[in-house]
This record gives sequence, C-alpha cells and structure tokens, in this order.
Amino acid sequence: MNANALLTRLRGQIPLLVTAVLLVSMFGVGSAQYDGFFSGQVVLNLLIDNAFLLVVAVGMTFVVLTGGIDLSVGAVVALSTMVSAWLVERQGWPPLLVIPLVLLMGTAGGWLMGWVIHVFEIQPFIVTLAGMFLARGLCYTISIDSISITDPQYTAMAQTRIPLGSLFVSPSAVIALLVVAVGFVVLHYTRLGRNVYALGGSEQSALLMGLPVQRTKTTVYAISGFCSALGGVLLTFYMLSGYGLHAVGLELDAIAAVVIGGTLLTGGSGYLLGTLLGVLVLGLIQTVISFQGTLSSWWTRIVIGALLFVFIVLQRLITARRR
Amino acid sequence: MSTATATAASPVKAVIRSRLFWPAAVLTVLLVANLAFTPDFFSVHLQGGHLYGSLIDILHFGAPLILVSLGMTLVIATGGIDLSVGSTVAISGALACLHISDSSDPGSVGTVLTALGIALGAALVLGTVNGVLVARVGVQPIIATLILMVAGRGVAQLITDGQIITVTSDPFKLIGGGYWLTMPFAILLSALVVLATVLLTRFTALGLLLESVGGNPVASRLVGIRAMRLVGLVYVFSALCAALAGLMVSSNVSAADGNNAGLWIELDAILAVVLGGTSLNGGRFSIGGTVLGALIIQTLSTTVYTIGIPPETTLVFKAFVVIAVCLIQSPVFRAKLAARGTRTRRTTRSHAAGPTNREVGA
Amino acid sequence: MRQQPVLEVRGIRKEFPGVVALDGVDFRLFPGEVHALLGENGAGKSTLIKVLTGVHPADGGEVVLAGDRVRIAGPLQAQQAGISTVYQEVNLCPNLSVAENIFIGREPRRFGLIDWAGMRRRAAELVRELDLDIDVSTPLNSHSIAVQQLVAIVRAVDLSAKVLILDEPTSSLDRDEVRRLFAVMRRLRDQGVAILFVTHFLDQIYEICDRMTVLRNGRLEGEYLINELNQVQLVSRMIGAELAGLDRLGGGKRSERTAPADGAVFLEADGLTRRGAVEPYDLAIRSGEVIGLAGLLGSGRTEAARLLFGADQSDGGTLRIEGAKTALRGPRDAIAHGIAFCSENRKTEGLVGELTVRENIVLALQASRGWTRPLSRTVQEQYALRWIRALDIRPDNPEALVRNLSGGNQQKVLLARWLITDPKLLILDEPTRGIDIGAKAEIQKLVANLADDGMAVLFISAELEEVLRLSHRVGVLRDHRMVAQLDNDGELTPEHVMATIASGADR
Repeated sequence: MNANALLTRLRGQIPLLVTAVLLVSMFGVGSAQYDGFFSGQVVLNLLIDNAFLLVVAVGMTFVVLTGGIDLSVGAVVALSTMVSAWLVERQGWPPLLVIPLVLLMGTAGGWLMGWVIHVFEIQPFIVTLAGMFLARGLCYTISIDSISITDPQYTAMAQTRIPLGSLFVSPSAVIALLVVAVGFVVLHYTRLGRNVYALGGSEQSALLMGLPVQRTKTTVYAISGFCSALGGVLLTFYMLSGYGLHAVGLELDAIAAVVIGGTLLTGGSGYLLGTLLGVLVLGLIQTVISFQGTLSSWWTRIVIGALLFVFIVLQRLITARRR
Repeated sequence: MSTATATAASPVKAVIRSRLFWPAAVLTVLLVANLAFTPDFFSVHLQGGHLYGSLIDILHFGAPLILVSLGMTLVIATGGIDLSVGSTVAISGALACLHISDSSDPGSVGTVLTALGIALGAALVLGTVNGVLVARVGVQPIIATLILMVAGRGVAQLITDGQIITVTSDPFKLIGGGYWLTMPFAILLSALVVLATVLLTRFTALGLLLESVGGNPVASRLVGIRAMRLVGLVYVFSALCAALAGLMVSSNVSAADGNNAGLWIELDAILAVVLGGTSLNGGRFSIGGTVLGALIIQTLSTTVYTIGIPPETTLVFKAFVVIAVCLIQSPVFRAKLAARGTRTRRTTRSHAAGPTNREVGA
Repeated sequence: MRQQPVLEVRGIRKEFPGVVALDGVDFRLFPGEVHALLGENGAGKSTLIKVLTGVHPADGGEVVLAGDRVRIAGPLQAQQAGISTVYQEVNLCPNLSVAENIFIGREPRRFGLIDWAGMRRRAAELVRELDLDIDVSTPLNSHSIAVQQLVAIVRAVDLSAKVLILDEPTSSLDRDEVRRLFAVMRRLRDQGVAILFVTHFLDQIYEICDRMTVLRNGRLEGEYLINELNQVQLVSRMIGAELAGLDRLGGGKRSERTAPADGAVFLEADGLTRRGAVEPYDLAIRSGEVIGLAGLLGSGRTEAARLLFGADQSDGGTLRIEGAKTALRGPRDAIAHGIAFCSENRKTEGLVGELTVRENIVLALQASRGWTRPLSRTVQEQYALRWIRALDIRPDNPEALVRNLSGGNQQKVLLARWLITDPKLLILDEPTRGIDIGAKAEIQKLVANLADDGMAVLFISAELEEVLRLSHRVGVLRDHRMVAQLDNDGELTPEHVMATIASGADR
C-alpha cells in the first residue's frame, strides 16, 4: 500500500518533473549554442520581461485549481493599463490613488464573474468570455488609440533597476515574485487555499463536507481579477502606455503556463511553483528564438501549442490511469 | 401518484415552438433601428448587373461568420465547443493564397481548385486532430481545441512567413469578392452550405442522433448510438466550414493575413449559436437560429459603424448580449424568476424553489 | 428506562414536483444504538437522510436534536448541530491527503497559518484510535474504497460525536472490510454515538443493528427492535403487497404461467460476473418465456441485467446468444443481437428529455440503422402514433416534449422505443416503479402478451406480486448473488420468494 501511495504521489508530479527537465535542458542547449546565453542576467531578464505574465498566471492557477477557467485576464490587463493611463495622463490623478483604484476594479470585476458563475450555474468559460468582451470594449470607450504615460512616478518605476551584485532586476520582477510567494502561502497555509484544492477535487464533496463553496469560488475569481489588474499595472510600468490592444491573447499564455507548470485543467492538483516554471519555459522559448535570430517569432506560438498538446495528453493519460 | 406536469406543457411548448421568434425579433428591431440613421437602409438597387445595398452588404460580410457558426452549431449540439475555428480560417486562407501566389498561372481555374483542395484538406486534418482529442482521448472540448487555437495562428504565420500574401487571381476573387447572378458569390456559397447542412442534418438522421448525444450521452450509449464517431465527425465538419470561411475572407481582400484573418471569429460564432437559441449545454440545435444569430452580429457591427461609434465598442454590446442570453438559458435563473413570481402570488408558501431539481431521489 | 432520543423527527414531509417523497414520517434515534433505516426504491430513505443532513429543506414537520427543535439549513449546519454523514460514494476529496480530508474546513492553525505538523499528528492519533494503520500524509485516492470509507467515518466522528449517518457504506466492500467497519461501528456505539445505518444487506442488519425503522412509499411502516421481526417478516414489511388494481389482469392468469416447452433457448449466461457488482451467475432465457428477477434494492438484480446488455463489461463467465458464444463489447452489440434494455432510471439513462415523444420512440431503431438511412418523417409518425394509441400515451401528441410527460407515460415511451426494434429479448428494469396503478396494469398486460407472441422477457421488479403474476421462472438475488431460480408452477407464493430472499436459500 505504501509503495502504491508513493507511486500515486510520484505520478502526480510527472508533469512538473517534465517541465523542470525541459527548463534545464532548454537553458543548457541555449547556453551551448549561443554566446552570451549562459548568464545570470538572461535568467533575470526572463523575470523582468514576463513579470506581468507571471502575476496573471498566479491568478489563473487559483482559478484552474478549482476546475474553472478565466478568459478575461488579458482584457482586464488591457483595461487596467487603459484606466491607469487615462486617469493619470488625461485626468491628472496621482498614481498612488490610481493604482489602488485599478486593483479594486479588477478584484470587483472578478468577484462579480465568480458570483454569476456560482449562483446561476453558468459555465465559467462563457461568463469570463463576456467579461473579456466587456473589458476590451470598455478600453475603446476610453480611447481607440494608445495613451502614452509620461508621469514621473511611472517612468521611475519603468527605469529603476535593483542591483543584485553585477546583475539587476526591475521592481516589477520583485513584485511578481512577491505575488508568487504570497500566493504560495495562501494556497498551502490557509483554509482558503485548501478549500481551493478541495473544490477542484470534488465540488460535490466540498459542499457535503460543509466547506464554503460559494465564497471560495467568488474569492478565486476575485483573486484572478486582482492579479490581472496588478499585471496591468506592471504592464503600464513596462510599456509606459495604456492601450486596448495590449495583452491580446495573454489568457492563452497564462493558461499555457499553468498547464505546462503541471496543474491539472480539471482542477484539484498543481502547484504555484509549477506555474513559475511554466512562465519561465514560455519566456525561455522566446529568448531562444530571439537568440537564434533566423527563427521567426511565430515559432513561439507553435512551440507553445506543441507543448500544450504534449502536456494535455500527458494529463489525460495520468488521470485516466488513476481511475 | 406521480402526475407530473402534463398541464404545464402548453406554455413551455409555445416558447419552444417560437424558437426563431426572439432572434428574428431582435434582428428586425436592429434593422428597423438602422432606418433612423440611414433612411435608404432597406433600398437595394441594381447597378451594372450587381445588386447593391446595406442588406446585401450585411449578407455579404456576414457570410464567413455564418459558415463558421454553422460548424459551431453542430459542435455545440453535441455539448462541445470549438475554439480553433479562427486559426483554421487563417490557415486555410494562408495555404490557398500561398499556392496561388507560387503558381506560374495564378489566374487559372485549375490552380484555384487545387488551392481550395489544399485548404480543405488541411482543415480535414485539423478537424480530425480536434475530433480525436475530444472523442477518443477524452479531453474536454474547450481544452482540446485551445491547443490548435494557440498553435494555429503560429502555423498560419509560418505559412505566410509573417507577410501578408497578396494574390491576383480572378477565379479566386470570385469566392469572396465576386458576383454571380447579380448576387455576391459569397452569399450564394454560404446559402448553399447552409442548405446542404440543413439537408444533411434534417433529411438524414444525423440531426436527431447529434441532439440525442448532446441531450443525454448516457441514454444515447444505451440505445446504441456510435457517439464517438459522430462527435469526431462534427469537429471535422466545423473545421471544413471554417476553412471555407477562411477562403472567403482571403478571397475578398485578395490576401492572406496569418495574424488577423478570422481573429475572434470563434467568439462571434459561439455568440451567434447562442443567440440562435442553441444551448451551450448541448442537445437541440437550430440552424435557422444560428443564421439569424450571425446576421444579428453582422447587423450590429454595421449599425455601430454607420452610427459612427468606434467599431471596437461593439464588444461591450456583445458582452451584455452574452450574459443576458446565458442567464435566460440558465435553469437556475429561470427557477429564481419563477420563484419570485409565485411568491408574490402565493404568499403562504415560505420555501423558495431550491437550487434546481437535481434529482427526485428516494 | 431508555434515555431520551438524541434525534427525533416528527411528521416530516417533503414534496418534489409531482411526487410526495416523505409523508408525515416519524423517526427516533437513541444514543449508543445502531439503527437500520430500511425501504425499497422510492420508500423515502435517501430523502429522509437528505433532510437530516440539510441537503433538502423539509416542507413540514420538525426535527428535534438533543431536546431542541432545530432547523437544518445545510450540510455545514447539520455538522455543527452534531449530525455527520458518510455516503455510499465516498464524499471526500480524492486529491487531498488523508489528514486534510479529516480536518479540512477546521484545520489547526498557528499564527493564522495551517499547522501541518500538528494536523498530521492529530490525524494520526484519530486514525490509530480506530485501529487503522495508514500514513495520513498520503493522498486519499491511493487507498482502497474501504479505507476511504473509514477515513470519512474518522472525519465524521471527530466533527461531532452525536449522530453518525452511514448511507450504504458497505455496498462495495468485501467481507474483511465489512468486518473492520463493524468493529469501528461497535466501538463508536459503545462510546455513545447514535448510528443511523442504511444497507441493503439483510445479514448485516441482524449482525450489527439494535433497532430498525422501515419506510414504504414515503410513509412510516413501523419501528421495531431487531428481535421483533425475523427476516421474512422484515422483507414483507419492506416490499408490502399491493394487490389493488392487479385484478384487471384476470385472476387465473398467474397459474397458467408454466414454462413453454417449445421455446428455444435464446440467451444463456454461464458464470457471468462483474467484480463488485454481481457474483457469477447462470441464467437461461427461452423465447416466449418471462423470467422475473426478484431481490431487494441493491441485491445485484440491475447489475446482473446490465451484463446481459453489454451496458457494463463482465469480468468472467460466458454468454451464449442463440447458441453462439458472444462477447458483448457494448449496448450496440447487444442491440444487434436483438436485445433491448429499459433502464430503471428513466430520466438519466433512458429518455432524452428535450426531444419529442416521436423522436424518443424512433431513437433506438434509428441508431441501429445509422444516420445515413433515416426513417422518413411519415414512418416515424406512424410508429409514434401506433404506439401512442397502443399504449395509451398521454398527451397523444407525438410532438410533445418527453420531459413534460408523467412518469408512467415516459415509461411507455421507453417501452415503445424498444418494441419498434422488434427485440427477441426485452429486459425491463423496474418498468412499473413510480407509475400509477392503471398504467402499471397496462404494462403488465403488454408484457404478458409479448411473451405469448414469442418474445423472451427479463422482468425486474421489487414487487413480488407483479413478478409472480408475469414470470414463468423467478431468479432470486440477494447480496449480489443469484441464490435460487424458482419455477412459477402455480404453487409459488410471495411468501416463499420472500423467505428465499430473507434466508438466501431455496427452502
């Protein structure tokens, strides 16, 4: 029975192990192939360039762990950049007021979607799809064009480099890592986090065990909304503009990162650290392709699609055998 | 002792009967509303042997969406969803344009027919991949088709090498931009496919079996329906429809754009299907409803455009439409509304209707 | 001398649309007893449990817990009030560890964060108290169903030691596992826990229970001490005898039902079995013969029938159809061999609710023809109208949606669906359950006529009168075993069948 248990536990980790091996070997191959690849700064740049994706993917992990999905994240990111840029540049509001407001807006939007999903038993995919339409549409009601940001506090955030020996990171990367850390603690050391896993394991059971199913579900979508808004804030630091076409297709990247990070799309199993690895894999694919020089950027999508295929089939085989 | 609701059947039946009523009403209202902004909205005139007018435009530009929605309808009827149609639109357009632009004789009918063959053949492969993943491997449809949705755009760009391939070929131009018998050919083509699909589903048993599989998969297995084969088939059909739409789109602009062709068309198609009264939970489907749904979306875009609102803001309208339609379809929402209704009428009963009647077990 | 009940239910009433599931039921549960709740399908057992656990709100009556009137609004409130439930399908989270499953929702915390070490330590203690030797940090799904069941009990008991409801916990356990479960139950009883035990195994009731309550058709049949009723009396209380309305068939019919000598053997099962569902059984069915399957709910009667239809795969034994050895890979194969199966779950496994009566009737025939050879609309309507008339389906509109029909009419639609396929063997699983007396008599008459015309019929029912009235032979199942096959030679009485069910042997 113990060997059996060990096996079951190991089997659950296969996708995560595959991702880790993939990450290391990609980095190894990159280092062997290209000059200047094997450097700490390349690794840190992965974090700097993908800070907003990482934050969004953390929120997505929460949702996917409950067995749901959030298609609105990219649009909420765009709306956050748009609202920030508009309030700061056109209305002259102070960033310290705008940023909390944007975060609150994202959280409230997520909460509302979670509420509709739970109370009316509508599929998460269709509700968040509506959320996506709404958020993108609202961007354009603010402005069709990109609004660039010249506010000194934003530019400061964009340009600040936090030295790490001879290397450096951006404040956004630090914030993203903090979000991962907080998310990890919430998922593993609070009742909310464990309820998230329970819900993904079996919603029916969770209900019969007396767990607060509705509260957990709405909270999870609120977390995803918050993370999307925060991702949007980080993207404004990175791009220094607000634009309705920012982060198009980001939801797909976030889902891909979560899946490649070993979280089961049916919910109930997965780790936030896996998501971090997933984001790094996505970032590394881009880096390798840019180092390669002759490969075009669309290879990124193809490779991500191929990875998704492999991981989804892998997940399916693992869960099929478990039953 | 179990005298179920035989009496409650008549109002429900009335609503079901008038399935096409609401989409048709919405479309009519939208069209009439246009009259306020464009007085000659309904006028169609013949000029140089071609029909022109706003209505013709709506049908013309809505043709690709109608095709994609058609495939989506059958997929949704089985309780599935196909997110990859947008990518398939892009891939098929790219393949066709690539073949034509590479050929020595782009204007020949043979070249164009080969191009069509290549595009539809590719769609066959893509649809089969989706079908196998869903029906055979047992991956949730939304996830299975997500793979192709992500990778497909990359593949389309790979085919066009990131460029926009422009072609000059009269036979190819006909598909999406040409006229035939005074009508835009795209309208005729989409009408033909709609007709063929209606014949295929309603004059064979395909429609009934699909509705059965979507409505009650367990019972369908027990009556011996080969669900796996049917479900797989439906994804192939959806891909073929999307490919045809892709050909139309690229033909209309005489170019293939791997990045933007068919962008978000999967969402519009889902919306069209839902607007047409087909439930996302699967089961009963209505091709007529889907066509009306697609026309509503196209009219909405046209209206927004003529009024002068930024076209991108149509998304906001779409968001509210999606939510409204889904709420109306949600049994819980209906139960709540009904409970509210009875509570006001009969104040003695204290218990509100519970969360759906899951099972009347004992 | 007995102390007051820890849980008392008075006049509880629960209605679902069209059905009264519980009609003024009283129920008492004393501390330190194991109390069996018994009844057949539709008796109201699960509804009563769902009311007690707050899954369904009651429409009337009161629940008194430890002397106080309580209103149980949900599973959480039930737990807080001291009522915990372990269901047949383990309702825990398979992906979480054993320790978490015991403590989820009330994890021990230090500085606001979950104290994992403390949780595992306490879980290990609780598990050890019940003589379980498992590593509590392992995921639940790495353990057998029996262990999962025990973990659920550990959780339930630790939550609240007052009332423990065990809803068919033993249905998928083997003998050793049951013994282990009973040891735990006895220990808890001795600690003063009141245990409400639902099972379909008669032996288990007499082995472990102190008292029992029998429900029938949503009403209280009676409450008895375990030694007040023997097994035969118990079975008769559960099944009852519903004689009204059956006279319409004609009284003399039953005794004429002797095995026809001329019918060839259509189907022959030899040692057919499926693990956890039904033990190896033999059965031969001749054309023109009606075989009844009698047995209590959960005795394996449905499971046995499903194997004959390929609805479930058998793990052993052989099946011969018209003399040829056949392996059924699925219902499609069975249908091709002329077998039809009406499931007892009309809504979930039978009808497609949003399709019309006509469409539901032609579905099986159409499926066997494939989608390329459609039945024309005219032919479909002919079929539908003929059977609507023949079976008196109401409303007599072929375009009515099936979900709007009453239970009896839905059942007739299901029958019509299979009859138009002209099957050689018709398997009917509880075709008369939950339908009114008139429809019931009509269906019985139909079955008798079909058999007279040469169709083989396997007729499953909980009502012995009905089984005896129709069958040439009666297979008796008990605890997933076919314990006897009795010839219905006119001497066979319901009492005899009941005794066979109760004793597990043909006496």
